[in-house]
Amino acid sequence: MNISHEWLKAFVPHALTAEQLRDLMTAHVATVEGFERTRAELEPFVVAQVIESERIPETRLSFNKVDDGSGTLLEVVCGAPNVTVGAKYPFARSGTTMPGGMLIERRKIRGFASNGMLCSPRELGLGDDHDGILELRTDAPTGTPLLEVMPLSDVRLVMDVLPNRPDLLSHQGVARDVAAVTGVATQLPPELTGIPATPTAMRGDTSAVSGGVSVRLESVADCPRYCAVVIRGLTVGPSPDWLRRRIEAIGSRSINNVVDATNYVLHGFGQPVHAFDLSKLAGNAIVVRRARAGESLTTLDGTARKLDPSMLVIADEEQATALAGIMGGQPSEVSASTTDVLLEVATFAPKVVRGARRALGLSTDASYRYERGIDDAAVSRTADIAAGLIALVGGGTIALKLDVGADVAARPPVSLKPERVSRLLGDAVSADETARLLQSLGFAVVASEAEFRVTPPSWRHDVSRDVDLVEEVARLRGYDRLPDALTGARPSTVPDHPLHLIAHRVRQALAGRGLLEVRPLPYTRGSAVAADALVRVRNPIGDDEPFLRQELLFTLGRRAEYNLSRMQGDVRIFEIGTAFLSGANGAVKEEIRVGALIMGARRPRHFTEPEPPPFDAWDAKALAEAIAHATWPGARVVLVAGEADLLWSVMVEGTDRGSVCAVPLDAPVWAKRAFGIEITLGKMPAMPVAARGAHDYSHGVAQGPSRTPVRYAALPVHPAAEFDLALIVPDAVAAATVEETIRGTAGELLETLVVFDEYRGEGLPAGTRSLAWRLTFRHPERTLRDKEIEGRRAQLLKTLHTEIGVVARTN
Amino acid sequence: MTDPALTLNEFTAALGSFEAEAGPAVAAATEADALEAVRAKYLGRAHGWLKDLSAKLGQLPKADRAAAGAAFNEVRLRVEATLDARRVALAPVRDAGALADPTMPARETWPGGVHPVTQVIDEMIEIFRELGFTVALGPEAESPWYNFGSLNFPADHPAMDLHDTLYLSDDLVLRTHTSPVQVRTLQAYPPPIRVLIPGNVHRRDPFDASHAPTFAQVEGLVVDEGISFADLKATLTHFANRFFGATKTRFRPSYFPFTEPSAEMDVLCGVCRGSGCGVCKQSGWIEILGSGLVHPAVLESAGVDSEKYTGWAFGMGPARTALARHGIPDIRLLYDSDVRFLGQFAK
Repeated sequence: MNISHEWLKAFVPHALTAEQLRDLMTAHVATVEGFERTRAELEPFVVAQVIESERIPETRLSFNKVDDGSGTLLEVVCGAPNVTVGAKYPFARSGTTMPGGMLIERRKIRGFASNGMLCSPRELGLGDDHDGILELRTDAPTGTPLLEVMPLSDVRLVMDVLPNRPDLLSHQGVARDVAAVTGVATQLPPELTGIPATPTAMRGDTSAVSGGVSVRLESVADCPRYCAVVIRGLTVGPSPDWLRRRIEAIGSRSINNVVDATNYVLHGFGQPVHAFDLSKLAGNAIVVRRARAGESLTTLDGTARKLDPSMLVIADEEQATALAGIMGGQPSEVSASTTDVLLEVATFAPKVVRGARRALGLSTDASYRYERGIDDAAVSRTADIAAGLIALVGGGTIALKLDVGADVAARPPVSLKPERVSRLLGDAVSADETARLLQSLGFAVVASEAEFRVTPPSWRHDVSRDVDLVEEVARLRGYDRLPDALTGARPSTVPDHPLHLIAHRVRQALAGRGLLEVRPLPYTRGSAVAADALVRVRNPIGDDEPFLRQELLFTLGRRAEYNLSRMQGDVRIFEIGTAFLSGANGAVKEEIRVGALIMGARRPRHFTEPEPPPFDAWDAKALAEAIAHATWPGARVVLVAGEADLLWSVMVEGTDRGSVCAVPLDAPVWAKRAFGIEITLGKMPAMPVAARGAHDYSHGVAQGPSRTPVRYAALPVHPAAEFDLALIVPDAVAAATVEETIRGTAGELLETLVVFDEYRGEGLPAGTRSLAWRLTFRHPERTLRDKEIEGRRAQLLKTLHTEIGVVARTN
Repeated sequence: MTDPALTLNEFTAALGSFEAEAGPAVAAATEADALEAVRAKYLGRAHGWLKDLSAKLGQLPKADRAAAGAAFNEVRLRVEATLDARRVALAPVRDAGALADPTMPARETWPGGVHPVTQVIDEMIEIFRELGFTVALGPEAESPWYNFGSLNFPADHPAMDLHDTLYLSDDLVLRTHTSPVQVRTLQAYPPPIRVLIPGNVHRRDPFDASHAPTFAQVEGLVVDEGISFADLKATLTHFANRFFGATKTRFRPSYFPFTEPSAEMDVLCGVCRGSGCGVCKQSGWIEILGSGLVHPAVLESAGVDSEKYTGWAFGMGPARTALARHGIPDIRLLYDSDVRFLGQFAK
């Protein structure tokens, strides 16, 4: 909402500067987001007087001596025909930039020096008049800034009016709150004191007729009140300066006197007003009805619109001629030749306006106010002001007024216990102060027993409970006046959500291992999975990505490609976020997962290692194990080999929790392979929570076995004995099987078993590879003898051979 | 070697001679090479004098071996210490052998890091934890009732236009704020409640320099007997001072369907300290969060007695704070996942 500082002062003659007003409104009313001085470009102009003037022969020019208050007379060449000695004019000194952008400089014209410019209204951006320079009728001394002489300057305040306060969508409405805060009373703006009166209205419940003009409401639910005022014999033409200034001050463009007057009422009083050309209304009739199926209307913006019966129209006897509460139509548009107008000042139901606005995608200043609610008790009075203003600026006489619909019933009163104000605000507010503050805003306060019965004014639609009144008191006193000392609090009954704790552990673990956390958008084009398995957004932001991702690695893959497209091949990223799975009957199941993707160099380059090896599957396997251990501390984690791109499944205590896989990317040739890990940390329940106390609040998070503390094992005091087994292992035999066999045979003294070498190629039978393990044995109470070790070695080789066909490598 | 060919006295004497000779020899060495020759002669593992002495330990009577071993070790340690000290003394200022140029860079590992938005969330949680808050979470796909109805959004009202909503079906929306978790928490736990609710929310906003369709929000909720607007002001001002460093806060009227009275909290612009600049759009203040007393209708939605209990809540967008504190000009950088961007916050 744009507020003109000068216009507001016409409604409430306060003495605040624009800056003070801004701060006061932000603190007590609504936030002022924008603050713009209008006509600031006229600040350098001054009042100057022509002292001498002579014509330059054979030109339209004059050579003048001008007093600009500087003490020296300036020589100025002027092209205007109306230069008069002794008169005062706006003057641009050398160095001034004109509103049009031209820089005024000292120069020679026809051999005469010119040190500045006397200005016409058009040159000052004050209108189209360029017939001559602007004569100033002022007593102000020369050198006085022009803006102090002419009431041109203003400040435009842009207020952020939120949906609960439609009453602030007008200068009058803002003035009411300014009056409540400052104590200065509101008034009718001085420019409206002389407007012609409107004849007494012809009233009717659903229709009225007078002077051959009729108004009929088909549904008072859609249109509770309709005032029509007819003005005859007016002349459509330019607006007077004061009206043009009001309209331009809020950033609108002056159109003509009739349109400007309706806009004045809209922005001045918050009441939409529409003017019909009476001669274009068939039967001189206004019918407020639903649109008929198949009906259409070309609105004032030139768009032909198809209507349907959900929409309310203003029609004449023949056709729809305006979209009620939204925009007028071309059939009854006011033109330059219009002499008789019918003014509409009405109330339309917010719902029907909102429905049509959404269906047609057509939002206007009028629909914006109707949707939020106007002051429906003021319609008749505002109709008189609107008619009077048009008659004032357009001539003509106010012929008649029709007023159809019922008077508005008073709003139901709200009960308020005065002590609740103090209780909720945490500050002592007396009952008297509460009553006084509410009354200053137009609330009627009646004290009865221990409570107030408070009736909101007709323009307030947002007050239905006592807390709404508490807010009024709080903001008028000022939030900053409330105390803000910390006091003790009782501890919360709510435990930390386990998924938060898990996510925190996993995040720290991965960041500690050199991965970078990402928080990408969860939308996907979903090509990798059948569309019906994905959760679709009905009204997606982009049609190319209408799905919610089912796997985090979808998203991470695209982010890796983004990095590759920017020549970044070393990518180590992870995300902890939601995967959306479609369930039965349109349900959506959410899982909180961690996804990680690694690609490129395993370590940063270093002069000792110019080409570090790239990440491979083993790095991914380690990351998966690290995540699983951080998520389920102490649980048994086994990675079970998978097929094709699925490298391993992550089994935690026998349950499949996720996977390690190769991630196929749309990648340039120089890119290294990408590996991904995706592990489900837990499910996020979405079912409704039952009433308090009846609900078993289960987070559905598998926590694994409760965390049993690690038992200390005594540090070894006797030396270990170790030996290596270099074995020829057929490809069909898994290393894990070999290890299993070794562990099963070696006995409990086996301390560690590590595979330390793999060899394939020459010297080995086809279909085999050589794997070498180092075995470490230790006895807790004595040093092992060589013989014991040798015995174990022999036993191991024998068992490996007989059970799984693995023999020692001899070469 | 079982026959003792050596007595303890003889062995101790030999040790003495060793030390008496080795010490001055170490001191006499004036170059690293000479010192190394001394070391080989006296302490060398292959042919050093000490090696010979250790071999003689076996020739002592069994009963004396422990005492002899102890004496041997003492002497060995003393001579080694002397040698080490001399080696340090003789070493050049720089050890030319191992590190030819110590200004060469260290061998680093990849730096990992937490996303700048998560960093803000984590810091908020830390501060509110000190004030007794715990962390609650909730689903992102929500019923319209939890997202709107229970939070006192009037049906078919312009207030709904504040939240342009993404629909999954008639009965399911992507939550437009974390506030549904207020109601879920109030339904599941009795007061006193003090929770912080971080999470992603979704709105049908275009993805441009200052908007994203999915963004993080951090919600706070306090419900107990006797909670007032003064508690709200006190707690949020305390938070602002902890989070932004000593600052000033400003509360101004606002509107949210689920709070009444409602307030926006600003902090003094960190760039101009209140005098007005481009960062704060000349206002001197930076908008930080929305807040208010929990609307009684919300408490009633959750089955909480709105006469007995009162509460306050706030909601904040950590992404805006992350952009401001790091001077990030475009919100999309937070989503692009460019490793060069993320790496800047991994230190």
